[in-house]
Amino acid sequence: MKFIPILLIIISALYIPGIISMVKAKTGGRKMPSLFQPIYDVVKLFRKNTIYSRLTGFVFKIAPIVYFSSVLTCLLVIPFGEFGGILSFKGDFIVFSYLLALGKFMMILAAMDTGSSFEGMGANREALYSWLVEPAFFILMGSTALFTDITSFEELFGMLHQKSSLAFSVNIAAIFILFFIAMTENSRMPVDDPKTHLELTMVHEVMILDNSGFDLALYQMASWLKFSIYGTFISNLLINPGLPIYIQVLWFFSILLLYSVVIGILESFSARNKMAKNTQWIINLMAVAVIVFLISMMITEKLILN
Amino acid sequence: MNSDIFNIALLASLFIFFSPKRWLYYPTTAFSLIVAAITTFWAVRAFVNTEPEIIRFATIFDYKLNFIVDQLSAFFIITINFTVLTALVYSKGYLKPYYPKKNKTETALHYFSFFWLQVSMLAVVMLRNAFGFMIFWEIMSLSSFILVIFESEKRETIKTGLSYLIQMHIGFVFILSAFLISYSGEGTEFGFDALERYFTEYQPILIFVLFFIGFGTKAGFIPFHSWLPHAHPAAPSHVSGIMSGVMIKMGIYGILRVLTYIHYQLEVIGIILLTFSIFSAVFGILTASFQHDYKKLLAYCSIENIGIIGIGISIGVIGMAYNLPILANLGFAGGLLHILNHSLFKSLLFFASGNVYSQTHTRNIELLGGLGKKMPFTAGIFLVGALAISGLPPFNGFISEFLMYSGLFQSLQSADITSVTFILIVFTTLALIGGLSIFSFTKLYGVIFSGHPRSEAVDDAKETGWVMRIPLLVITIVILLIGLAPSIFLYPLSQIVAQFTGSNSYIVETRPILNQISLTSGIFIVFAGILWFLRSLYFKKQAPLTGPTWGCGYTGADPATHQYTSSSWSSAMSSISYHFVNKKKNYRSIPGDEIFPAPRSFVSKTTDIIEEYIIKRPVRKLMLGLEKSAVFQTGKIQHYLLYALLFMIIICIIGILNII
Repeated sequence: MKFIPILLIIISALYIPGIISMVKAKTGGRKMPSLFQPIYDVVKLFRKNTIYSRLTGFVFKIAPIVYFSSVLTCLLVIPFGEFGGILSFKGDFIVFSYLLALGKFMMILAAMDTGSSFEGMGANREALYSWLVEPAFFILMGSTALFTDITSFEELFGMLHQKSSLAFSVNIAAIFILFFIAMTENSRMPVDDPKTHLELTMVHEVMILDNSGFDLALYQMASWLKFSIYGTFISNLLINPGLPIYIQVLWFFSILLLYSVVIGILESFSARNKMAKNTQWIINLMAVAVIVFLISMMITEKLILN
Repeated sequence: MNSDIFNIALLASLFIFFSPKRWLYYPTTAFSLIVAAITTFWAVRAFVNTEPEIIRFATIFDYKLNFIVDQLSAFFIITINFTVLTALVYSKGYLKPYYPKKNKTETALHYFSFFWLQVSMLAVVMLRNAFGFMIFWEIMSLSSFILVIFESEKRETIKTGLSYLIQMHIGFVFILSAFLISYSGEGTEFGFDALERYFTEYQPILIFVLFFIGFGTKAGFIPFHSWLPHAHPAAPSHVSGIMSGVMIKMGIYGILRVLTYIHYQLEVIGIILLTFSIFSAVFGILTASFQHDYKKLLAYCSIENIGIIGIGISIGVIGMAYNLPILANLGFAGGLLHILNHSLFKSLLFFASGNVYSQTHTRNIELLGGLGKKMPFTAGIFLVGALAISGLPPFNGFISEFLMYSGLFQSLQSADITSVTFILIVFTTLALIGGLSIFSFTKLYGVIFSGHPRSEAVDDAKETGWVMRIPLLVITIVILLIGLAPSIFLYPLSQIVAQFTGSNSYIVETRPILNQISLTSGIFIVFAGILWFLRSLYFKKQAPLTGPTWGCGYTGADPATHQYTSSSWSSAMSSISYHFVNKKKNYRSIPGDEIFPAPRSFVSKTTDIIEEYIIKRPVRKLMLGLEKSAVFQTGKIQHYLLYALLFMIIICIIGILNII
């Protein structure tokens, strides 16, 4: 039973990118690609040769591996409903967040290793944005921790459902934050446009310009998994763990479907932030997280307003 | 027990001056090893017996100076000995190029001071009597001063050294006055033990603030830090490693020792400590991210880490004040473990940067680059240090930060509104600091070791000899040990925490959590190993090719000049934090009527605003005022006689009017 969350995440990771590109094609008036097009692309990458730049050294070679294994390890702590992750312990979300940071650290260094000004620029932006997004996640987790003294992912999400209907208002804000953390972490729309063709305006794409073959495939798959992980967080906030298991799973897939459709629509109809505005935009997330924290303080009757 | 062998080693250390220049290293090592062995033995006994060891040391003016080794002292003793011994081995390789330049006395003095720095630090953590404590505190400042000015032929080094010496003595005055006040209030004892009874009658705030300023100057809390970013770069690398790794922790030791005696008004003390710590941590790492001198960057990062240690201690104190035992226990545990962790990765980083300096002879990272290929060992070690200092798993820095986070999050539910606010501030700060250190250290590693060389300083660089590698390897092993198996360090840690909080049951409860973290790290490593194996299989089938870096199809650009530099890296940060960094650009713009523009240069630099506005500017203003008062100094004897007459008249008037 412990493998249920991990199984669900991997299955949804396989179709989320496909659905996003299908929605984007449809709204853009193009012919929709196959649902499995991203998977075909990765399979193709595995068949291709890997090319390394002459300037790169060992950091460039280990970075994709560290990045992908950090995401894989993170999968183990993600709960689904009442099913905890394979590893579930107090403070597992701290390990989660710092493991992802480890992967990112190596990816940034790998980009610096190529000696390209483009990639340095992307790395620099990535370092800045991930610095700013981290507190928002911690404040969000802190506000759920107000409800319980047991601070593992599993308990945090479980507890929210047992509290009063006021907790529901927290949920909406929390979903908003998690959604945009997911977008920032994956370098998607308001922060970064994955479809841009100018290196100067890229963030994530420019960092992996010199990766090819096996390494690039790892980066792509890690990105799918990350999408799916944050989608699972959101579904955990919504699904009532009291329901029978098959209904929960049904809910899960429909929520993740909706999640990817929303991402697709958002990406089709919004423009990317100006680079200089991104920092402000991400700090806004932190501000919303502080509001969530304050509301949680009110719900737990620590902060009483007269 | 007595300390005869210890004392003999101290006396025999004079022998260093009489040994031939080529063999200077060996007597120092011998004495250092003897002292380390004895003190470590005492420390281990203190942990095993769980009660303080009392050792007769000396008698000065009928004052019996005893070494008292409790668990807190024992912890510091082990940390000091480990760092000093690794630094000693490292110094053998690092000082080799300096041997032809320095005469015998200079080298001998260096080693002699090195030994006495170790002895004085050990004595400081073992002595409770203020006489002995202050004597060794002074020896510590003097010996480290001599070590800092090793390259005394440079004018800048002497200036830095003197500034260090002066600031240490200002700190000395504060500590001494705190001891004197507690002595005058209590009357029988002169030392830390007087505090116990003093605090039962008087408020602890004043004494604590005096101690905090005195010890904080040593530790480098902002705004008492202004010696630190200058002294660390000026000193040779093995000395910077010791100074940053353990010597500044003596200030932390002092604060911790004082805290063991304070049992009430903890709330105010916690808030004072927390404010300074948060400020030091955030400001330290923010300023670090703008430095182009790698040793200066590491020095500012030390300020940040002192801040993190301070945050751990202060949330411990706040936890005690607000009756949150989990926060108290895990806060102290995190702070204490971070002392050990910082001593490990900071000395590692200083030694590794010493390797870079010994090969390239520059501290400016804008001239470096591409060293990862020429010095793969140093690069790998530096990477470990950078990951550890950024608090990333599976390295040791993560464990201490995890303990703090875990204390904070677990106390949220039972905390009231005031303490919840503190907790919110602290964990947000910790998350911000974590991200900022990633920002700074990706820059530091990326600019020094990655990409293409930026100047010819790198051309002749090659990997250093084994003497300069083995100590780094040893430290790395300990870092990995703490990172992968933290629970074996939990038992000694819980004993020290009990000295502050009285109980340690919550730390024992943390053991299964830490085991889970070890398991997670293990799984991570296994995953990485499997992937590596799969990729090498894949590469056997399809051998990887090499080519130029992608440059939009244009390969003519010279990567040496087109790479991202340290300045461009930090400019992203300066766009959102310009108020705190005071970035100055020195550039003359081209006027419209200048048809053939003359050569121009562009220099941008950032200054430490605290140092600038709190120390340098007031001092400059004061100097201006004092220079004006120089009109009285005419050099004519008649005028001076007149001053004396005036003075006597004023005294008479004051006397007649009964003003004093």
